[in-house]
Amino acid sequence: MTSRPLTSRPFLGWFVSPAGLVAVSLVAAMAVVFQYSVRTYIPGSLDVGGFTLQNFAALLRPLYAWAFWATILLCFQTAVFTLILAYPVAYALVRTRSPFLRSFILIASVTPLFLGEVVRTYSWMIVLGNNGFLNTLLLKLGLVQRPLQMMFTTGGVVAALVHVTMPIMVIMLAAGLSHIDRNYEKAAASLGAGPIRIFLTITLPLSMPGVVAGFSTAFAWTFSAFATPQLIGGGRVSTVSTLVYQLGFSSFNFPFAASLSIVGLALSLAVIALMKQAARPLERLGAAT
Amino acid sequence: MTGRFTAKALRWSGYVLVAVILLFVILPAIVVALTAFNDRAILAFPPQVWSLRWFTRAFDYADFRKGFWNGLTVTLWASSLALVIGAAFAFAIHRYTFRFKRTLEGILLSPLIIPHYTIGLGLLMLAAQTGAGRGFPLVILAHVIMVLPFVMRSVFISLQNLDTRLELAASSLGASPLRILFTITLPLLLPGLLSGWLFAAILSFNEFTATLFVSSQATQTLPVAMYNYVREYADPTLAALSVIYIVVTATLLTLANAFLGLGKILNVDAH
Repeated sequence: MTSRPLTSRPFLGWFVSPAGLVAVSLVAAMAVVFQYSVRTYIPGSLDVGGFTLQNFAALLRPLYAWAFWATILLCFQTAVFTLILAYPVAYALVRTRSPFLRSFILIASVTPLFLGEVVRTYSWMIVLGNNGFLNTLLLKLGLVQRPLQMMFTTGGVVAALVHVTMPIMVIMLAAGLSHIDRNYEKAAASLGAGPIRIFLTITLPLSMPGVVAGFSTAFAWTFSAFATPQLIGGGRVSTVSTLVYQLGFSSFNFPFAASLSIVGLALSLAVIALMKQAARPLERLGAAT
Repeated sequence: MTGRFTAKALRWSGYVLVAVILLFVILPAIVVALTAFNDRAILAFPPQVWSLRWFTRAFDYADFRKGFWNGLTVTLWASSLALVIGAAFAFAIHRYTFRFKRTLEGILLSPLIIPHYTIGLGLLMLAAQTGAGRGFPLVILAHVIMVLPFVMRSVFISLQNLDTRLELAASSLGASPLRILFTITLPLLLPGLLSGWLFAAILSFNEFTATLFVSSQATQTLPVAMYNYVREYADPTLAALSVIYIVVTATLLTLANAFLGLGKILNVDAH
């Protein structure tokens, strides 16, 4: 294939070079983050000093080490809850025979994806607030005497983040489920397997690639979330993203912000790689059936 | 017939479960709508007096007006550029083999994994180092980078569904590659291109985290203006704006579903 004559690839340069330019600027931006992360911070100035590894050493301080741990835990919790909620929706979306129901489920579950983090987070602030929807409802029903504290808690942040990552998880699970050959299920049914057994031994294993893809994307998106932990966490839930912003725009310590985001990125990639590795036996289970 | 009974019970409990989960997804939108039409400044449910005053305020607030027009400018540029760049590149990776193909593809898809604040921070510092400043070109570049993966995916899926025999037929009848591209390939790709552009536009208009880093007071888009508002005021003006957002987005997606087939675009249709 490599020795194919150039004439069989008309306009190749025209097709690739604009994308190449975008890729170069992205790589340059990432290179600048790397470069800043090993430079000295000069207080009160936007210029940076010489080479140093001090920024990375400072990340070992409890405050930052704790933020990394808290962020990873937050991402993990969010991804697990999102998976549990998104699976039935994706299953119903792919398997329903009613075109109306299909369209309804698809639009209802996908719309939040396109609303952006700010609108989604704001609506959760109204749901979770002390005078918010849930508290009013609980008080009126007499289930609680005083409003529950839901804003500025990790639980509140997770609830909102699950809502943020649901659409992408539904899309990925549905894509996986829609590619399953239904004949396997029919064969199992004709051999006398009940619906639960068919689901557990055929459908679920075969959908594992979608589960792994959805889980790692949900993890990465949560890691990237900024408005949700900032507004619903209200400073009481510190994540890597909120710290990067504080360091960059409150203290203008760009070198430290850069090293924080580099380590954050490396940790997030490492966790995703580990998860994919751990999920391999499960995926093989899907491939074997 | 217990088997049939179990199947029926399972199906109905499935319906109930999915309905409850979808309620969780839709609930915030309903609550926002109830808040937006409430006359009182503090959040209270259900509203005692209905009013449109928060909508008026949302339209009158200068930062929102400016953010809307800034956002529209950025969105139109970014989604159109991303469409041209992404579609051409998707075509190249689908049809050709060339050097650094996988590397280039990996880099362009990486914004799906790299946190947006990292990319925003990098672009901000890059602009500072090169002396480019925080103008519209920087914001547009950031948005192109963010939405490109979605355009590539959308165009790539429609390329996979395209029947290449039509191109071969045209070629055997003596059409030049350029003519085939413009009279066969592009018209057949049109639904995929349109949906790619639409997705890019909606995502770009709502992009927040990277924009927060690269925009200035002069170039801030609507989501950034909304974020700044929510940190300063606690009144339901944002609820009114959110209602408009939700209605417009849901309408666009319903139209896209009716005319282009949302399931096909997102690759979730059963095979």
